[in-house]
Amino acid sequence: MKVEQISIFLENRAGRLTDVTRVLSQAGINIRALSLADTSDFGILRLIVTDHERAKQVLKENGFTVGRTSVVAVEVDDRPGGLHAILELLSNNQINVEYMYAFVQQTGKDAVMIFRFDRTDQAIEILQKNNIRIIPGDELYNL
Amino acid sequence: MIFDIDRETAPREDLEPLQLSRLRNLVERVHANVPFYRRKFEEAGLRPEQIKTLQDLKYLPFTEKQDLRNNYPFGLFAVPKENVVRIHASSGTTGKATVVGYTHRDVRNWAGLMARAFMAAGVNRGDVVHNAYGYGLFTGGLGVHYGAEELGATIVPISGGGTKRQVMLLRDFGPTVLCSTPSYSLFLYEAAQEAGMPFSDLPIRVGIFGAEPWSEEMRLDIESKLGLIALDIYGLSEIMGPGVAMECAVAQKGLHIFEDHFLPEIIDPNTGEQLPPGATGELVLTTLTKEAQPLIRYRTRDITSLNYVPCRCGRTHVRMNRVKGRSDDMLIIRGVNVFPSQIEALLLETEGLTPHYQLILNRQGAMDTLEVRVEVDEKLFSDEVRHLQRLEGKIQGNIKEFLGVTAKVKLVEPRSLTRSEGKAQRIIDQRPKV
Repeated sequence: MKVEQISIFLENRAGRLTDVTRVLSQAGINIRALSLADTSDFGILRLIVTDHERAKQVLKENGFTVGRTSVVAVEVDDRPGGLHAILELLSNNQINVEYMYAFVQQTGKDAVMIFRFDRTDQAIEILQKNNIRIIPGDELYNL
Repeated sequence: MIFDIDRETAPREDLEPLQLSRLRNLVERVHANVPFYRRKFEEAGLRPEQIKTLQDLKYLPFTEKQDLRNNYPFGLFAVPKENVVRIHASSGTTGKATVVGYTHRDVRNWAGLMARAFMAAGVNRGDVVHNAYGYGLFTGGLGVHYGAEELGATIVPISGGGTKRQVMLLRDFGPTVLCSTPSYSLFLYEAAQEAGMPFSDLPIRVGIFGAEPWSEEMRLDIESKLGLIALDIYGLSEIMGPGVAMECAVAQKGLHIFEDHFLPEIIDPNTGEQLPPGATGELVLTTLTKEAQPLIRYRTRDITSLNYVPCRCGRTHVRMNRVKGRSDDMLIIRGVNVFPSQIEALLLETEGLTPHYQLILNRQGAMDTLEVRVEVDEKLFSDEVRHLQRLEGKIQGNIKEFLGVTAKVKLVEPRSLTRSEGKAQRIIDQRPKV
């Protein structure tokens, strides 16, 4: 049910983000979702890509520090309060959201949000129990 | 096992008369043959025959590195030039080069002392030594080389650089001993990992590391990564090269100074006064047997202490503790004395930090500033910003708590910090000179 995300440590220097996209581009790896969290000195680039094993390998070969994290892709009703309902559900069950970002896709029916939870397995259980649709990794990569 | 058991285990009541006899002979010889020393003695109102006891050493004048530069190239030789069979020289990066000459006996003594050092490290014939110290004018490579051959071990004179080839030869030749700077050993470890060769597969049993300051925490890091016993060797090119002092594998608690050849003292680096046994200060060495270029009370600038407690390895020669740093490497930041090795120790204590760091010093107005740059490797990395920020705060807090200095901590990408394949460049002092 989980999605593999790769995270990359970046110094806040000109051209570092371009270096990442160039490496992935040359390796023929498509970026499906991207989030950049940064401070004044460094940033963490979070990516969902078509081939996370290969992406990790080529980035490491090019000197980047790369980590792998399991995140959860959640279908959110594309209406006011859609996201809030999910967050309230998680909050009521003491699940902490470490971070989240949006996934890019074609349809306008639902939004897909990527979540990093502190207790991932419990979060999945609660979401499924409440009929929230979780998109498995292999399905997500092909949306 | 002890290479020269008579000399290395001589009771101190036998060792000290030998030292005194050699000291008196030395003083007479330099007075007669080295104009520089004759002038220094005259300026101090000193005659050689006044040196009657080892305690009289304190009346002799100091020798400084600048004296070697001022007398470049051969002004400090105590023998005719035709008796000098080898000349080493420093790089001269911090000033004019310093030259050191050796007679044939000097070279043989050096090989014997290095053989002692190897045996103190648990090395013997049958061992294969991978010598990654540089060969050439630098004393490290050749010093290790002739010591290994004197001992009867097999030497692989790989020298420095060519790291991929080093890894290949480590795999193919199967050495049991690694000699290099400590930072280069970690560089070799990284290169071996990248080549898909676990260092733990190698039969290397012992590492003999020196030529740069390194901390006890770095030793533990090297030992756990490379899977060997990491031992400290000490030497100065001006005095001889490697093999002035060696940590024994039995105790792993300080380096035995080969006192039949070198007379050690600890002084206050500011006043020049001798300090009592056990006190920390600057190490001063007098060469007792050097023929070509003896040095009297040479100020090493290395900060350490001397331990006269008998060692359980059986050697009676005094042990110097790990060099904390150099008095001239000592950074004074807002009036606080800081050694780079202290910061390194704090970084190693912080969970999982590899010792790739750099200190950037600068000044804003009248205030000194210190920035500590630390490379983030996979072990340190987190996908959450706040974990990395907490790490920065932790490092900063430790530096403040233990050293009393406020530092800015900056996390940088791997291999951002330039790696020379020899000594690591740890300090970049950008403060304008007053």
